[in-house]
Amino acid sequence: MSDLTASGRAALIAFAALLLVLPWVVSSYVLSVAVICLYLAYVGQAWNLMLGFAGLLSIGHALFVGLGAYASGYLFAKYDVPPAIGIVAAVAIAMLMGAVIGYLGFRFAIGGVYFALLTIAFAEFVRILLEHAKFLGGTQGLFLPVSQESRRGVDLINLRGWPEMYYYVILALCLGAFVLCRALLESRVGYYWRAIRDNPEAAAAVGVDIFRFRMYAVVLSAGMTGAAGVFRAFYDNLLFPDQVLNIEKSIEITLAPIVGGVGTLFGPIFGAFVLTPLSELLTDVVEGLKDLGIIAKNVKTDGAKLLFWGLAVVLIVLFKPTGLWPWVCRRLGLVKAPGARS
Amino acid sequence: MILAAEDIHLYYGDAQALDGVSIEVRAKEIVAIVGANGAGKSSLIRTIAGIERPRQGRIRFKGTDITGWPSHKVCDLGIGQVAEGRQIFPTLTVDENLEVGAYLPRGRAAKAEARERVYAMFPRLAERRSQYAGTMSGGEQQMLAIGRCLMGQPELIMFDEPSLGLAPTIVQEVFRVIERLNADGATIILVEQNVAVSLALAQHAYVLENGRITLKGTGKELLANDQVRQAYMGL
Repeated sequence: MSDLTASGRAALIAFAALLLVLPWVVSSYVLSVAVICLYLAYVGQAWNLMLGFAGLLSIGHALFVGLGAYASGYLFAKYDVPPAIGIVAAVAIAMLMGAVIGYLGFRFAIGGVYFALLTIAFAEFVRILLEHAKFLGGTQGLFLPVSQESRRGVDLINLRGWPEMYYYVILALCLGAFVLCRALLESRVGYYWRAIRDNPEAAAAVGVDIFRFRMYAVVLSAGMTGAAGVFRAFYDNLLFPDQVLNIEKSIEITLAPIVGGVGTLFGPIFGAFVLTPLSELLTDVVEGLKDLGIIAKNVKTDGAKLLFWGLAVVLIVLFKPTGLWPWVCRRLGLVKAPGARS
Repeated sequence: MILAAEDIHLYYGDAQALDGVSIEVRAKEIVAIVGANGAGKSSLIRTIAGIERPRQGRIRFKGTDITGWPSHKVCDLGIGQVAEGRQIFPTLTVDENLEVGAYLPRGRAAKAEARERVYAMFPRLAERRSQYAGTMSGGEQQMLAIGRCLMGQPELIMFDEPSLGLAPTIVQEVFRVIERLNADGATIILVEQNVAVSLALAQHAYVLENGRITLKGTGKELLANDQVRQAYMGL
């Protein structure tokens, strides 16, 4: 991290050290929240690759999670294919879907908001398709076989083991995504993406093949998100189309990067670690108020979470449209000016 | 002849933008294209650059038929373009803007020398190399757009309204740069609202009206033409 200041480097090392030892020092509940944080940081990073790097808004990213989850889950449940192999199919299917959406969008010049609508349409289409796919369990859900003894130990091939193992798996995914995105940003592809994001007309004028590089962004982001689906499937062990591919899930994916800072590398991570604990806390508070009889028992706790998300996005858009991370960086002097990009 | 466009017909949907336009450009020449707003000057440049696809007609560059080629291939063959309106990448630094201009195979080999050449030509840019391009003045942004185009080692450079919206002193500098690039061996197509200056610079010129070429000749001839003087120079 050449553009980090001394205090920035110290903060990064402290954060990395904390992440490494976390499972040994916190309760299983906190660990499960940390897994959600890292999961959202990972998919946020993948989503950010499209909007933040290449300027392509997707509000249907749960689609790729769903495809990855169902592909690997089905192969495991039906044919005993371990996720270590299933992930290849999962990523391939997600990439293929990304290529289809990208091709339709870019070949027919569906830009901006209309492209976002296209991603929603595909996500909804596949969700409805899955609800009617009997062999995948339909609305009854797809269950992944899991036994008590498989909840112990470390079996990376079958993605079975201690909760701590899942934590380290998603941590590794996060780190991989971060390193990959950082390398991409520094490469020709990254320069081209940012050029297209800034000014597609000018990019075309200097000879950027806009169609091709937009396709790279969608396909890569879809593939990364598909890998998250594999994790989701083997962490949850049951998949319902309505829970995995719901538009709410797609929106959830966008939150961490939006709050943390679209187009930044640390933004999605920072955003996830700010938002997730807060919304977990809120859920606890609402549950507690229900127990005390202050809130009616039939109020859905999820509703409170949605309200909170909405509020968070509104506040960010109003007050810190570039996200919290660049602001925190400046405030704490973590990054050398003007490289607010990291 | 380095570039020949023959009988170009371009449509945007049903609206015809170019109606049988033919132009010829000899190597190391400056060719001016003059016309009112909406006459089709930018459309012609965009068609040559491969951004628009003509319905009919042929474009040949250095003997290669490039009709219908995508813009990145046209660029890589040596046709550079400085688009209208200071088209830079605002959240990229000056250095990074130049970098983007040099990624095609044609520009990649000589990237370092090209960068030095651009910075020597525009010392202001050198001073601001790590500044975000969007924070610079209009004149600096135009210099950057020109510099970024040069990074691709173009043989033919097409300028679309390079002086539009710039302060008079900057306008002069832009024209000096164009002259100098031409003196260094680049062929130039110049679309300019500043008709007097562009005709004075150009060896050959075309007048475009409603998508058609209505007059052509040497720069001097058109400069002396009463029609041109009345319609475009207010004399």
